[in-house]
Amino acid sequence: MGGTGMGGAGIGWAGMSDRLPGIRPAPTLASRLDAAGRAAFPAASTALGLLLISAPVGLPATAELRLAVAFTCVFFWTVFRPASLPPLVVFVLGLLCDLLGQAPLGLDILVLLAVQGVALKLRRILEKQGFVRVWMAFASCAAAASVATWLGTMALTMRPLSATPAVATAMIAAGLYPVLAFPLSRAHRTLAEPRHA
Amino acid sequence: MIRLSIQMRQALSRLTLPVLMAVAFALVLVGKADTLLEMRLRVALDDALAPIYGAMAKPLMRAQDSIGWVRGLLDVQAENVRLRQETDRLLRWPRGAAARALRNHALEAQLHWMPPRPATFVTAPIVADTSGLYAHAVLVALRRGHAVHKGDIALDGGGLVGRVTEVGARSARVLLITDLNSRVPVMLAGSHAPALMVGTNAAIPKLTFWPQGVVPREGERVVTSAAGGVFPADLPVGTVHYSRAHVAEVLPDARLDRLDVIRLFDFGSLATVAPENAARRHRNGPP
Repeated sequence: MGGTGMGGAGIGWAGMSDRLPGIRPAPTLASRLDAAGRAAFPAASTALGLLLISAPVGLPATAELRLAVAFTCVFFWTVFRPASLPPLVVFVLGLLCDLLGQAPLGLDILVLLAVQGVALKLRRILEKQGFVRVWMAFASCAAAASVATWLGTMALTMRPLSATPAVATAMIAAGLYPVLAFPLSRAHRTLAEPRHA
Repeated sequence: MIRLSIQMRQALSRLTLPVLMAVAFALVLVGKADTLLEMRLRVALDDALAPIYGAMAKPLMRAQDSIGWVRGLLDVQAENVRLRQETDRLLRWPRGAAARALRNHALEAQLHWMPPRPATFVTAPIVADTSGLYAHAVLVALRRGHAVHKGDIALDGGGLVGRVTEVGARSARVLLITDLNSRVPVMLAGSHAPALMVGTNAAIPKLTFWPQGVVPREGERVVTSAAGGVFPADLPVGTVHYSRAHVAEVLPDARLDRLDVIRLFDFGSLATVAPENAARRHRNGPP
């Protein structure tokens, strides 16, 4: 899922890196904006998803769903397009999760950065694997992240807390990955591809 | 522009993640030491998001109304039967209620009852569910120049919803009675026994600390108690229910899973200040 070819038809001039050889016209403002928009797609779509989950649409388990979406998007984009989701952006997404969900300040940032760290370590291996293996790796990572959130909240609030919300988050994340992976991998090859600008 | 070597750039990019993790860890410690910082950040975000969520809420509510209308059409016969039964039941109320009101008025007159100060309130829409894994809260959109304060009490059409914990220029957060940090002094309406309703992060709060010799009855009404000076007395809270594990819980009257509009009441200062001078004078004898 989600391999990126270097060449190919339909690749615009503006998106081509300066390091690639070849003669090409200077990029126009529109093509630059297009390329920037494509590069910003992973971060923007993840932030929008996190905000939409809190909207009053009557979604069940919004807190668990918000974290599950954050885990899924950070893991997916870090494995398949790390340049579009730098750690600073993950930091901001974590802060958004913290503030939206009443979590202790900084906890979701730490957990999301840890998810990104694991995904970065595994990306060379996972890029070559089939969908099911990537899914299994993500499910394990999301489970560990959920447990870390549970333990972190307990440590910061200094009281015993039920593990049920953490288990629910891990299960929702594992179930959500295949649902989100399809549109995300489509977007990865089309919308989020700066070389198509 | 500073030109960096490839090695330097690689080293910097490798350092970003650990440095940001250290910053996040520092933020955890700062957030723990200075809770005001966390509150200010949250209020700033809420104020920025409340108008957006407010704008989204209208079409969403319209869509939900349309779905409800279609569902109502499918269920019209059963709904008619239910409404007829409810009408019959409600028709019996006015005579009894009028008689009780008269008697109450007469008793109050005899006792020279001093009624509490009437509360002021604002009605506002819930625009977002800001619950976390271990927190239950909702975001309320307000207009600039509103008169909502921290500590105001939130009620929906059924009963107690929670208390306002954070107030911004255009928004307020309401901590629900199901939140882990929620503690509400209550009274069992049947026995007049005091108790404490404790949020457990589950959908139904727990009932604790009732006096020895009193057993809360299944279905007994639970209302707020003025003990502690946080809530006024007699706000509807819910009914007693025993779980499968025989734990006393309070089934909330408020529809906490479907909140759309709530009222935020300002009951003023409820804490009763002890008349120290009067007590001292009494101890020392008449002047």
